[in-house]
Amino acid sequence: MVLLSRKATCNSHGQDSSYFLGWEEYEKNPYDVIKNPQGIIQMGLAENQLCFDLLESWLAQNTDVACFKRDGQSIFRELALFQDYHGLSSFKNALADFMSENRGNRVSFDSNNLVLTAGATSANETLMFCLADPGDAFLLPTPYYPGFDRDLKWRTGVEIVPIQCSSTNGFCITKLALEEAYEQAKKLNLNVKGILITNPSNPLGTTTTQTELNILFDFITKNKNIHLVSDEIYSGTTFNSSEFVSVMEILKNNQLENTDVLNRVHVVYSLSKDLGLPGFRVGAIYSNDKDVISAATKMSSFGLVSSQTQYLLSSLLSDKKFTKNYLPENQKRLKNRQRKLVLGLEAIGIKCLKSNAGLFCWVDMRPLLSSKTFEAEMDLWKKIVYEVKLNISPGSSCHCEEPGWFRVCFANMSEETLKLALKRLKKFVDDGNSKRSCQKSESQKLKGSRKKTMSNVSNWVFRLSLHDREAEER
Amino acid sequence: MGLPAKNKGAILSKIATNNQHGENSEYFDGWKAYDKDPFHISRNPHGIIQMGLAENQLCLDLIKDWVKENPEASICTLEGVHQFSDIANFQDYHGLKKFRQAIAHFMGKARGGRVTFDPERVVMSGGATGANETIMFCLADPGDVFLIPSPYYAAFDRDLRWRTGVEIIPVPCPSSNNFKLTVEAVDWAYKKAQESNKKIKGLILTNPSNPLGTMLDKDTLTNLVRFVTRKNIHLVVDEIYAATVFAGGDFVSVAEVVNDVDISEVNVDLIHIVYSLSKDMGLPGFRVGIVYSYNDSVVSCARKMSSFGLVSSQTQLMLASMLSDDRFVDNFLMESSKRLGIRHKVFTTGLKKADISCLTSNAGLFAWMDLRHLLRDRNSFESEIELWHIIIDKVKLNVSPGSSFRCTEPGWFRVCFANMDDDTLHVALGRIQDFVSKNNNKIVEQISENDQVIQNNNAKKQNWRQSNLRLSFRRLYEDGLASPGIMSPHSPLLRA
Repeated sequence: MVLLSRKATCNSHGQDSSYFLGWEEYEKNPYDVIKNPQGIIQMGLAENQLCFDLLESWLAQNTDVACFKRDGQSIFRELALFQDYHGLSSFKNALADFMSENRGNRVSFDSNNLVLTAGATSANETLMFCLADPGDAFLLPTPYYPGFDRDLKWRTGVEIVPIQCSSTNGFCITKLALEEAYEQAKKLNLNVKGILITNPSNPLGTTTTQTELNILFDFITKNKNIHLVSDEIYSGTTFNSSEFVSVMEILKNNQLENTDVLNRVHVVYSLSKDLGLPGFRVGAIYSNDKDVISAATKMSSFGLVSSQTQYLLSSLLSDKKFTKNYLPENQKRLKNRQRKLVLGLEAIGIKCLKSNAGLFCWVDMRPLLSSKTFEAEMDLWKKIVYEVKLNISPGSSCHCEEPGWFRVCFANMSEETLKLALKRLKKFVDDGNSKRSCQKSESQKLKGSRKKTMSNVSNWVFRLSLHDREAEER
Repeated sequence: MGLPAKNKGAILSKIATNNQHGENSEYFDGWKAYDKDPFHISRNPHGIIQMGLAENQLCLDLIKDWVKENPEASICTLEGVHQFSDIANFQDYHGLKKFRQAIAHFMGKARGGRVTFDPERVVMSGGATGANETIMFCLADPGDVFLIPSPYYAAFDRDLRWRTGVEIIPVPCPSSNNFKLTVEAVDWAYKKAQESNKKIKGLILTNPSNPLGTMLDKDTLTNLVRFVTRKNIHLVVDEIYAATVFAGGDFVSVAEVVNDVDISEVNVDLIHIVYSLSKDMGLPGFRVGIVYSYNDSVVSCARKMSSFGLVSSQTQLMLASMLSDDRFVDNFLMESSKRLGIRHKVFTTGLKKADISCLTSNAGLFAWMDLRHLLRDRNSFESEIELWHIIIDKVKLNVSPGSSFRCTEPGWFRVCFANMDDDTLHVALGRIQDFVSKNNNKIVEQISENDQVIQNNNAKKQNWRQSNLRLSFRRLYEDGLASPGIMSPHSPLLRA
């Protein structure tokens, strides 16, 4: 067998994790309301499918864009040849403005500090290549997006050291946890180059609080070699704009713009979540450090945004009437949909972390675990995938330190499908309840008692004695 | 614990702060000069004509017409908008099935239908730039070596090495053999690399060649396949110029060799192809790069890595439709080949009038021009750079000096001819012809003056003639043509 690179033969791409295996199961048996009503419902995919109608109607009213025309003149040739890694300036200007609007215009973005990349996937990897050497470390609060294991570490050789967050305080970053992570990295002889947060958080669906931001900024002000990367890919999914505080705002509000901190704070953005356009591969790095911009711009050669896509989106995002309407409408629909999931789960006796953003809920299924272990979490997850036929993401795939939490997406399906998913889950939980009560009455029979017992699911842990089905080999 | 102290003081990474991207090289002087004074037939007729850009602009009209006639291939038209949400949502790194099928189909057609490609092996990347980097990440670790015939595409220094840490070692190909790549040369380079204890992972080459415009014959390619199999190293062939063949050229893809050679002589797990639509179709803006490997593990790994540079689904949809249209593709390939052939002939004939010859070639978007006779010193790269600056500043053409392609002999220049219209080409040729003839006159005057003091000796006359030629250039050089040193505010983008 011919030797490939270590990168090709290792598992650092992280794609053997349960996060991706759930997807594979879904691919084999995908739900379709007509063609496959018994199939698996995809709730592991953080997509925003709630506002396509708004985009489609814009397209119908702006056919010039379709014909590669600008002011009546064809620009097809120009676009076909355009491969300048500085990007289409009309697009970058529109994107910078859109990012400002997303933050209620409390800060403004300069398009000269923006680098276009092939999705946030590429933006995050590129930033790692720019800020860290192989063997350096970035600190990340847990739980975090499973794709980071690939995006931040795989080809860059950078390590991730977790900042452990717990349910005792709603998974918020504490000063202690941050310092412990830093010490842990030192113990492992890793040079910490930065901290990376996702704000709003994936998988929590919460915006980073002012307290947490203060902790982070204090830390990087004190430690002058450390960067702060804020992946703000979900910024436009905050249900209420004023609750989202970008790191760029902290720089402004705390008057850090004339200090060295300015150059060590970087934002990653993308149109995949806010606009629901993951197929178009539009990501961006924003930085005030000229050297980072310079290096990242050159690296963007490895993943530029298609010129026809830049052109389409520059027209879309320059239309202020459209964006002014789109942003609040998107937020409203997301908020409503989240409520439906939260209330539906409550009715089954399942709680969620209180969230104010994102395309998912962080669901507390600890009461459904047979034991407070990750093995039990895996057991529960497999049952939910194979028997309840819902693909949701287990907390362990997000590096959560406590078993029993699951990320459940709500914006990538119709309302009917969500209702069906809740129905299936209810049946599963109720069945579990009655099994438990059957078992109890069995054992009581043995003891001579005939009393039936019914209990609220959230009050006890019950044993699930169903078959353990192994995930099929890839 | 005995581990070396990390670079604690540095804020950014080594990669971000080294010069391995190659964009600070002096070869960008030509670009910078062009950016400051770009030619335009009416607005700036005395500006610098860009002949350093290997773009194919000859057949964009055909594509534009197809786009107009096929509105359903776009998600932005009334006929196509019903596909919008599915396409906008589609980020599967396998790519749209019909896109992969269309690419495989087109690749076969671009090779005259002599070989077929499997859509399951088609992997997307961010242009050939992304494809070349990805294949290095799959095949080699930092410090490993890939051999590469020189002269080679300048940006390979960035694409193959910068973030991957892979080293590239050139296999020099001399002009005495028309720059042909031979197995002997590869073997020699391989042995030399082994002697210095380097770990050689493979050989990478561009076929048809950039900057030469020549193609490997079937025997050589077959022997290279046998060679890598014997040595158990990889062979990566960048076939980005596959369909730029014209006028009697016979392109043999490595895919054909894999098909035809005896199974015992080739280990297909070693064979990989890089492709793109940027040259054959003239669509560099759409960022369509392809990694095609016969090695299943490489396909799998490259596909995961393609997450870092997927093709926009909007673009996939359009091209899936376009490249499945056999009528369009057949006509396009034929017409493109014809137009390139004509353009090549006009250009090389025009150069001949100025006594400038080019390496015989039948592919590519450029000619490999022999200007050794115009060098002050035939053995000096300094002379080549001097001559180059004269060409930029006096002849007002941006061409690429051979040293930027790591050519081992001074005096060769790559000149692109497919990135402009006929009128501009005409102007460029006129300038070259004017310049050469003006300077020949100067030489004649100089010689007749000096004849009074020269002994009637043929050898000496020869020397004088040559030195006067050199003198005239030196005079031009000294006429305030010191290296421009002008830095444009932006680092120019590195183009082919």
